[in-house]
Amino acid sequence: MDPDDVFRDDEDDNENDPLQERQSSKELVVFLVDASPKMFNVTCTGEDQENASHFHVAVSCIAESLKVQIINRPYDEIAICFFNTREKKNLQDLNGVYVFNVAEREYLDSLTARFIKEFDHVEESFSKVIGSEYGIVSGSRDNSLYNALWVAQALLRKGSAKTNDKRILLLTNEDDPFGSIKGVTKLDMTRTTLQRAKDAQDLGITIELLPLSGPNEEFNVSLFYADLIGLDGDELAQFMPLAGERFEDMSKQLRKRMFKKRRVRRIIFMIAGGLSVELNTYALIRPTVPGKVTWLDSVTNLPLKGERSLICADTGAIVNEPIKRFQTYKNQDVTFTIEELSEIKRVSTGTLRLLGFKPLSCLKDYHNLKPPVFVCPSDEELMGSTCIFIALHRSMIRLKRFAVAFYGSSSRPQLVGLIAQEETIDSGGQIEPPGMHMIYLPYSDDIRPIEEVHADTSGVPLATDDQIQKAVALIKRVDLKDFSVCQFSNPAMQSHYALVQAMALDEDEMPEIVDETLPDKEGMARPGIAKALEEFKISVYGENYDEEDEKATLGKTSNAAKKRKQFTEEAINKSEYYDWGKLADDGKLKDLTVQELKYYLTANKLTVGGKKDALISRILTHMGK
Amino acid sequence: MARNKEGLVLLIDVSPSMHSVLPEIQKVCSLLIQKKLVYSKYDEVGVAVFGTEDTKNDLTNEVGGYEHITVLQPIKVVDGDLVDVVQQLPRGTAPGDFMDAIVVGMDLLIKKFQETIKGKKRICLITNAMYPIKDPYEGTKEDQVSTLAEQMAVHGMKIDCIIYRGYQKRDPHEDNIIKENDMLLSIFSTKTKAKAVHVESSTSLLGALRTRNVSPVTIYRGDLEISSTFKIKVWVYKKTSEEKFPTLKKYSDKAPSTDKFATHEIKLDYEYKSVQDPSKVVPPEQRIKGYRYGPQVIPISSAELEAVKFRPEKSVKLLGFTNASNVMRHHYMKDVNIFIADPGNKKAIIAVSALARAMKEMNKVAILRCVWRQGQANVVIGVLTPNVSDNDNIADSFYFNVLPFAEDVREFQFPSFDNLPASLQPNAEQQEAADRLVMMLDLAPAGKEESLQPEFTPNPALERFYHHLELKSKHPDAAVPPLDESLKRITEPDSEVISKNKFVIDEFRRHFELKPNPKLKKSTRRLLRDKTSGSYENQSTDLIASTSEVKTETLGDLTPVSDFEAMISRRDSPEWVSKAIFAMKIKIFDLVENSYEGDNYPKALECLIALRKGCVIEQEPKQFNNFLSHIYRFCKEKDLSSFCEFLASKDVTLITKTEAEDSEIEERDARSLFVKADLNS
Repeated sequence: MDPDDVFRDDEDDNENDPLQERQSSKELVVFLVDASPKMFNVTCTGEDQENASHFHVAVSCIAESLKVQIINRPYDEIAICFFNTREKKNLQDLNGVYVFNVAEREYLDSLTARFIKEFDHVEESFSKVIGSEYGIVSGSRDNSLYNALWVAQALLRKGSAKTNDKRILLLTNEDDPFGSIKGVTKLDMTRTTLQRAKDAQDLGITIELLPLSGPNEEFNVSLFYADLIGLDGDELAQFMPLAGERFEDMSKQLRKRMFKKRRVRRIIFMIAGGLSVELNTYALIRPTVPGKVTWLDSVTNLPLKGERSLICADTGAIVNEPIKRFQTYKNQDVTFTIEELSEIKRVSTGTLRLLGFKPLSCLKDYHNLKPPVFVCPSDEELMGSTCIFIALHRSMIRLKRFAVAFYGSSSRPQLVGLIAQEETIDSGGQIEPPGMHMIYLPYSDDIRPIEEVHADTSGVPLATDDQIQKAVALIKRVDLKDFSVCQFSNPAMQSHYALVQAMALDEDEMPEIVDETLPDKEGMARPGIAKALEEFKISVYGENYDEEDEKATLGKTSNAAKKRKQFTEEAINKSEYYDWGKLADDGKLKDLTVQELKYYLTANKLTVGGKKDALISRILTHMGK
Repeated sequence: MARNKEGLVLLIDVSPSMHSVLPEIQKVCSLLIQKKLVYSKYDEVGVAVFGTEDTKNDLTNEVGGYEHITVLQPIKVVDGDLVDVVQQLPRGTAPGDFMDAIVVGMDLLIKKFQETIKGKKRICLITNAMYPIKDPYEGTKEDQVSTLAEQMAVHGMKIDCIIYRGYQKRDPHEDNIIKENDMLLSIFSTKTKAKAVHVESSTSLLGALRTRNVSPVTIYRGDLEISSTFKIKVWVYKKTSEEKFPTLKKYSDKAPSTDKFATHEIKLDYEYKSVQDPSKVVPPEQRIKGYRYGPQVIPISSAELEAVKFRPEKSVKLLGFTNASNVMRHHYMKDVNIFIADPGNKKAIIAVSALARAMKEMNKVAILRCVWRQGQANVVIGVLTPNVSDNDNIADSFYFNVLPFAEDVREFQFPSFDNLPASLQPNAEQQEAADRLVMMLDLAPAGKEESLQPEFTPNPALERFYHHLELKSKHPDAAVPPLDESLKRITEPDSEVISKNKFVIDEFRRHFELKPNPKLKKSTRRLLRDKTSGSYENQSTDLIASTSEVKTETLGDLTPVSDFEAMISRRDSPEWVSKAIFAMKIKIFDLVENSYEGDNYPKALECLIALRKGCVIEQEPKQFNNFLSHIYRFCKEKDLSSFCEFLASKDVTLITKTEAEDSEIEERDARSLFVKADLNS
């Protein structure tokens, strides 16, 4: 057993979950991008309100996702394959398929800076180097879709399916690829293509379709692709609302779906009377951190290996990972073995146990400790789980209640609240998935009674109705109508990524990072808002807000300043008792106490922080010795 | 260190009506003292009980009166004896007068500290306030309380009252007394820093006393910028913060036992070595940070990092207001902060109050951008929600929760419930059964205390840790104590609620069908495997194990017995025996605990027999004997005595001396466990 396991806190995060890591350590992805003339002809309104071709949308989405991927999952291997092309470039030498690549890189390989840089510019030279051409035309036996699948499958032959996640992502706007063919040839082509796809799937490769719909033309998945990606009746019904997004948000949707959904773990939810259902948990919201730091030797730029050694403080001997921990208590060292500690934490059997339900109003805004875990039902092992879960989910939403349960995880057993979340959909697709959010509730000693600390027995001033009305007017003015939590990207993270990217791509200039989190200054200066602000300010502070402000700051600083001044004067007085020059010459400074040394430092306006040695050397430097 | 020391007097009502909850009070008080021993060793505590037969306090000697109040321990610096004192509270026989007790408590504090440690003197009163207090010699009871409260304010004392109200029925006369007492106690909070909480269950009694005193520290003091020209002075504190286990140090047993001054500590030493040449240690100044970019690692010097680092100015700025529905509860990312107006700035208090009340009225929240400290390398976006106070003495404030950035949200798609096939959808009757369950399994019934309110729910694992710590300080080999009854009501459903709603639960059960997925191959089931094998996963990194053929390293679900046998007989490391035994113990526990109406018992028995056999072969009788006693006790406590009966009927006995040398069990005692049980039952 790993001793650190017992103390590990963040067990929810799938990045830290060894099981998940091992299950699929790497992702191998082949992007199959349709490059037929139709992809260039159909346009849609992009995010920046300008018309963009489907091809542009697809390529720029991929480019963007690559940039995130290279930082978050650098071990993943990627290939980008265009089909319906004029030129061909692939190992099988098949017509109409062009594998995009750069030097010093295999077709399917991990991303490199150069690959990303050149892919950014692929559109500029596309017609010259690769070219667009329908690959399936009547009278020819060529089948570019079949070829593309073949190439992709061949690329994915690398690595075992057990340890790798293999995916083909197909981006196209053609819902009926064999529409132009008639008769037996069409049947034949359909059959062989489907067989090709099935073969790939049998080898453990998932094929995912990212359809692009035109403004007047909905992508009809049942024409051909439903069979190709193996959608049954029910799944087909599910696929369409997900896939049939409106084209405005297409690029956003594509980006969303390019990342694989990963389950954190499967847990048992014990409801009552021996009835348990099966749940999958997902981490939908987790703070992003800059990638792991690898230490390098600055001379050779080669990676270093960190080694930790444990040294016994008493004997100086190197010890192996000790099995015991201790706490000094009542002047003795009380030791605990790792087993004992994990036994202490085993207050419940690792499952999620329902304790009861409460009205949502019992859940306060301060009942929170860390990001929640999303749970949704699974019938993988226990059939019927989904049905029970949906029934409870609906009841909880209708009755406005949440469930209280105990989650006996091994690292921190915790009381949790389960809040049913209804699915919300807008034009861009699913906004909130249906399921429950598991909120970690604090215990009594985790909550601090701050409000009471500043309770004033003489009563506190309250706002008058007029002041509240002025505040209401202000709030009405400064309204963020379509606020959504994820509208800001993290400026610190963006600038870090930008730096790494710039260094990697040898760019001289750092890309400009816009801090989206700053308030809208111009907006706030608009007359309506300024007026509401002013009125509220006057109603609370009166006409002389600025003076008051100054007075307050003045009063405060003068108080603190007074103290500081007094302290300095004292130090100067005391400092005069010592003959510093002589002390320094005789090397007697070290015989003084830190307090005494600080008299000199304070009197001479030097910093007083640091260890004794530092103080002495600072004094000597100041004296010029 | 001693600057923040607290002087505390515990006043505990031990009159007869309190006897039923005294065990919980003893627990929570000893926890309080234990935490002081760990975190604030210089705090001083005194203990007085009231409602005792005898009287023992200074005041009765000096001025007379104050009967039935016993000072168990005058105020002193916390030590182990204090834990013992509060763990053995006497059971009183007389009705207690809590007002007299408060006077005695104040007297203790005043005599001990006089005018020192202002603001750090605290009285903690635990009572049910069931008995009337004596009429004063002059004036009314109200006057008397007011005078007391004023005195407290003068001396800078705080008082926390925990008033326990069980579920018992009361007659109208008692009701009147209680009303009067509640009114009297409430006077304190108008005159001095006082808090009164009412609790109804023993579990919330455990949570009601704050056992850890953390002096609050602001994380930000400064302006809340509504606009560039309008700023409100605010202070920001943490409102919630997870209390963790004390940081346990790694223990080294290298020091000779004769060394009285051994620290037993272990120091950590980090060295960075070149991968090519492991003997070469690279000094810190020669190291450079590298960030991964695809297969490349990009070296970036700290100077370069510093030069382009994002460095926002310290400030808290309003971005705007928005509808509360635009921010979901599950977007809250971290522990919670609280914004209060600068307590010395009346105008700021009014401004915060006006905004909070307006926001509440309009159901709006505010979005802020915060940089708490100068030099902080990131910004925080968060939501401010109003916290309108209903107490005249407490100002309105805001709660602040951190919201995610775009990068933090993983937008996975999930199937819509409505689009699932009909077979997965509940029908009308099933829905009705679910509705009833959600309604009836109610933790916040009208007119009663809300159970498991976070404010009153103690952390069971921490309580258990401190309990074990205390036991170990007396007997270093003490076993981990079982979770006690009041804490079990946090980890398990309340049996009262369950039995009251048995019909609803059975209804619910009847309406739904669960069956194992037949399509799934048995070997791929990992649900139960996960739990048991989890602790041994890391073994695969074991060098010996990975070079030799595949050997059993974990106990699976399907064949735990043969897995165990394989594991215990491995000879590539001496550890396998103990590992196998440990894993098997956990397995048996899981089987018994997760058993529903005994369905796992036969399997558990099989495992137990295998374990017994293994322990005899390996000559580890203690392992088995202790375990058998342990699981036996465990089952008794967990209402699983059916398993004990099952074991007795199958004649599983302790390992005796004849079977294994090391055993301390004689032949005739082999069945002692079950015999005792029979006697008890």
